Amino acid sequence: MAKPRIVQILIRNLAAAAATLLGLLVVTFVIGRLLPIDPVLAAVGDRASADVIAQARAEMGLDLPLYRQFGIYLAQAVRGDFGQSVLTAQPVIADIARVFPATLELATAAMLIGLLLGVPMGVAGAVWRGRWPDHLVRIVGLVGYSVPIFWLGLMGLLIFYAKLGWVGGPGRIDVYYDGAVPPISGALLIDSLIAGNITVFVNAFRHLVLPASTLGLFSLAYLSRMTRGFMIEQLSGEYITAARIKGLSELRVVWVHAFGNILVPLVTVIALGYGSLLEGSVLTETVFSWPGLGLYITHSLLSADMNAVLGGTLVVGAVFVGLNLFAEMLYPVFDPRAR
Amino acid sequence: MESLFRRACRLNRRAFLRGGLGALAGSLLPVSALAGVPSDLFVMAFALDDVISLDPAELFEFTGAEIAANIYDRILYFDSSDVQKIVGGVAESWDVSDDGRTFRFGIRSGMRFHSGNDVTAEDAAYSLQRLVLLNKAPAFIFTQFGFTAQNVRDRIRAADPQTLVIETGQVFAPSFLYACLTAACASVVDKKTAEAHAENGDFGNRWLRTHSAASGPFSLRIWKPSELIILDRFDNYWRGEPAMRSVFIRHIAEPGVQRLLIERGDIDVARNLNPDQVVAIKDKPELRPDYARKGSLYYLGLNQKNAHLRIPEVRKALKYLVDYDGITSTILRGTAEIHQTVIPAGYLGALDERPFSLNPGEAKRLLAAAGLEGGFSVTIDVRNTRPDLDVAQSLQASFAQVGIALRIIQGDGKQVLTKYRARHHDIYLGRWGPDYQDPHSNAQAFASNPDNSDAGEVKTLAWRNAWDIPELTKMTDAAIHERDRAARIADYEAIQRRELDDSPFVILYQEVELAVERADVRGFVLGPSFDTVYYRGVTKV
Repeated sequence: MAKPRIVQILIRNLAAAAATLLGLLVVTFVIGRLLPIDPVLAAVGDRASADVIAQARAEMGLDLPLYRQFGIYLAQAVRGDFGQSVLTAQPVIADIARVFPATLELATAAMLIGLLLGVPMGVAGAVWRGRWPDHLVRIVGLVGYSVPIFWLGLMGLLIFYAKLGWVGGPGRIDVYYDGAVPPISGALLIDSLIAGNITVFVNAFRHLVLPASTLGLFSLAYLSRMTRGFMIEQLSGEYITAARIKGLSELRVVWVHAFGNILVPLVTVIALGYGSLLEGSVLTETVFSWPGLGLYITHSLLSADMNAVLGGTLVVGAVFVGLNLFAEMLYPVFDPRAR
Repeated sequence: MESLFRRACRLNRRAFLRGGLGALAGSLLPVSALAGVPSDLFVMAFALDDVISLDPAELFEFTGAEIAANIYDRILYFDSSDVQKIVGGVAESWDVSDDGRTFRFGIRSGMRFHSGNDVTAEDAAYSLQRLVLLNKAPAFIFTQFGFTAQNVRDRIRAADPQTLVIETGQVFAPSFLYACLTAACASVVDKKTAEAHAENGDFGNRWLRTHSAASGPFSLRIWKPSELIILDRFDNYWRGEPAMRSVFIRHIAEPGVQRLLIERGDIDVARNLNPDQVVAIKDKPELRPDYARKGSLYYLGLNQKNAHLRIPEVRKALKYLVDYDGITSTILRGTAEIHQTVIPAGYLGALDERPFSLNPGEAKRLLAAAGLEGGFSVTIDVRNTRPDLDVAQSLQASFAQVGIALRIIQGDGKQVLTKYRARHHDIYLGRWGPDYQDPHSNAQAFASNPDNSDAGEVKTLAWRNAWDIPELTKMTDAAIHERDRAARIADYEAIQRRELDDSPFVILYQEVELAVERADVRGFVLGPSFDTVYYRGVTKV
């Protein structure tokens, strides 16, 4: 008996996802081993005696051949055990559970800013192509792309936090509120709402505004540019001319006919953009002392903390694969031909 | 279905926008009224990313040692104003037998752990035993006295609840053992609490990495790696209850951000500002810089595997090619003092001799004597952080004056260190801080190399620079067994003079730590080593 089509698609996608993640692990593992950094240094420091170093090397499995190291890691990873981080001495899974919600919260806020402002700006740029709204969109896009996010973040802190006091400072929350709400989702905005603690919610929100806006500007620049490009292509189509000749309102021509046709590529762009943000922005997280995934992976990589790097990479890969699958599932919603 | 979904999305979007805009409006109100740290809380910004463990038998990083110093009590301490003077900690009295092999320590009575358990000699003995038995990074500080997994329970023991006995197999200078008992690894752990959390015979190591079982002025409430540490005061602390209810130490890696925080009053102390930033805030009366000389030395290691650097005249010439004054006055600006011997100022036997200054003429003469009038090319491995890069550029400029082409190779800290430990460098710009307050810590690093072969297991700095020194190694080893103080000082002076004259080490300067405090903060002790920074006396006026 033939399997239903949906099951076939699911099996095919899951197999592709597994192959992608396996490939990612292999590449990351090899790169990690090629790094000119001795992982034992991070574990026991520079001054440990030779027997302590040998003991640590054996405990970390570094005395085994590479293929065996990878095999052992893979067998553990399949069981959900990503090992222990050398740098934090915690299980990698616990570390990721701690840092990923911070990145998720920041990336989601940044993506919302990009989405709510970038897409309309891109549409406006295309509709008024060559006129001042278009120039404005392009300038904002240029700034978002070209100004270093590190500088932008520091300037934002200097003006809106240090001088004006409009927003919270670095970190996810004022230190006094740390632990004030039980961590359920790990996202402070959600956890504070669940706990009904408005003070913590407002404090967390004040801390989120600036990093999310800084990262959101980058997202806005990307989305507005892509939306503008897609819309220009659609608005030059003959069916748009035909719609206008039919006497349809400009609002309907732009938002229903032209915009409706760019939804499929736009969803892909948004999914990939969101995926990039969920990797964690190392510079934004550094400037705003935001304890997220990007900083965690980078710091781990520089110490050759391979369990942490591999665990983090796997999460990032899974996020990308998941978002791609999600975008694919949305295609039929926006495009009847894909149903 | 589709229309319902779309309507739901629209509703949610509206609700989100309404709620979001409301929250945004509320949150953007000026907060000057909220700025400032409450008077019974102490908040500090610090780069915390090197903390790996808070177990005294395992921690060996600067920041971790500082945190532990505020959680645990050590068996002995050294006086912060005179590091050669030993004062009591958990032990209030101590003596050594006539044969110099048996040390007895009287445990201070009335001390309690945070758990409420009494502090006894059994806890002190257990703490040192687990250090040796766990054999983690700091274990060598005590295994160098001959303690092994086989003998440590016999040689370090509690004679009675108030008496700790330590028997060393050989005769050692008492000051050497006492200095080691002031190290972070000699912190006293609550045996009952640690054993209650032990797994598979690990003496509670796994649990103690992130928890505390101590008797110090603060207990550990939270440690979130590379994010936050929160300490709560211990009301029954034997030296008196700390004024601060809690200490919050937040990981802020970026110095510019630390500056914004302290200027705004959202932290009490910023620990990682750079000298330029301190110059920029000097006119702000609400802020106060605090300086403390540390034991760390910055130095150049000249690899003796390099054919040019192996020539004694070249080694000496390079010592005349450092702009010591220029580097300390324009790059380091108060965060370093010129120091040219391998034992830091303040330590037993430290020499205050500075024979070298920038002198390209003398360097040229020495190079000519070595047959290298035209100079040569050489590389320097440097961490890609400031001030190391600035110092390397200064060296590049001064070396060029005599035709030496210095190529700077930048790298991440652990990458540079890996290369250094493999002896693959030409010149290495590094930093070395003593592990304990005794001159042997540095003498062993700079003047001991028992096996100069590539397979050598003891990777001292002398080994890393392939400096084969059998006689100096013997001299360094002999100095720790010298019981006569004056003779021991003479030993270290001789070692330092030999180093000045001939070694492949160009000692540049001694580090001065900088912290910036809010003016209302009093009693924050920035001690002479990285594990003598104390929060217990902090008050706010």
